[in-house]
Amino acid sequence: MASQVRPVFLDLTKIRLPVNALVSILHRITGVLLIVSIPLVFWLFQRSLAGPEGFEQAVGLLRHPLGLLLLLGWLWLLMHHFFVGIRFLLVELGVGETRKGGRDTAWSALIAGIVAAILLWVMFL
Amino acid sequence: MSVLSGQRAWLLQRITAVYAGLYVFLAVALLLARPPADHAAWLGLIAHPVVWLATATFIVLMLLHAWIGLRDVILDYVRSFVVRLTALATVAIVFLMLGLWALWILIEAALR
Repeated sequence: MASQVRPVFLDLTKIRLPVNALVSILHRITGVLLIVSIPLVFWLFQRSLAGPEGFEQAVGLLRHPLGLLLLLGWLWLLMHHFFVGIRFLLVELGVGETRKGGRDTAWSALIAGIVAAILLWVMFL
Repeated sequence: MSVLSGQRAWLLQRITAVYAGLYVFLAVALLLARPPADHAAWLGLIAHPVVWLATATFIVLMLLHAWIGLRDVILDYVRSFVVRLTALATVAIVFLMLGLWALWILIEAALR
């Protein structure tokens, strides 16, 4: 029978995260944070549809300096989750299964998420 | 495919991901190509039958996707049976309410 006492190593300062592990945990974190953002997004959606004043209010909130900052962060959450999600689907289909291939696709997804978030944000500005 | 195997959840997670991904891509493309200038244009866009149906489907599948993901997170990190069950039940109720709220927003938009 297997030992009941199993080794646990959770020293976060000593755990090394290769890029594929980094995008993976960030995929999870961005997913949870996107869920947390749902009520705010639904509320903005509702206000923007309610009437001309609501629309102006929603746009105004997004254009407020703090709103713009949150928007940039939120766009990164969405774009990171999007591109790393595509990477996961491709990996499950057998794409990039070598050590180098895995690292390359992880870097690509990480960078694509950041670039796409900044691009979309700049286009909104 | 047993309910307990997790295979169904795994598969649903992928199917909902593909739909949500396509929706996000098309929504971004549409909003960039034709940014709605005012409330009337925005309401007209959302109330368009194709957009409306695609959005309603997106919200249902996205919530399902989020539910499976959050359920995985809870199952991974919450070890106590009671806390786990409480967390899962809370999330399920909140997600159900979010879904109904979104549906309400969309129905309001269609009637406006």
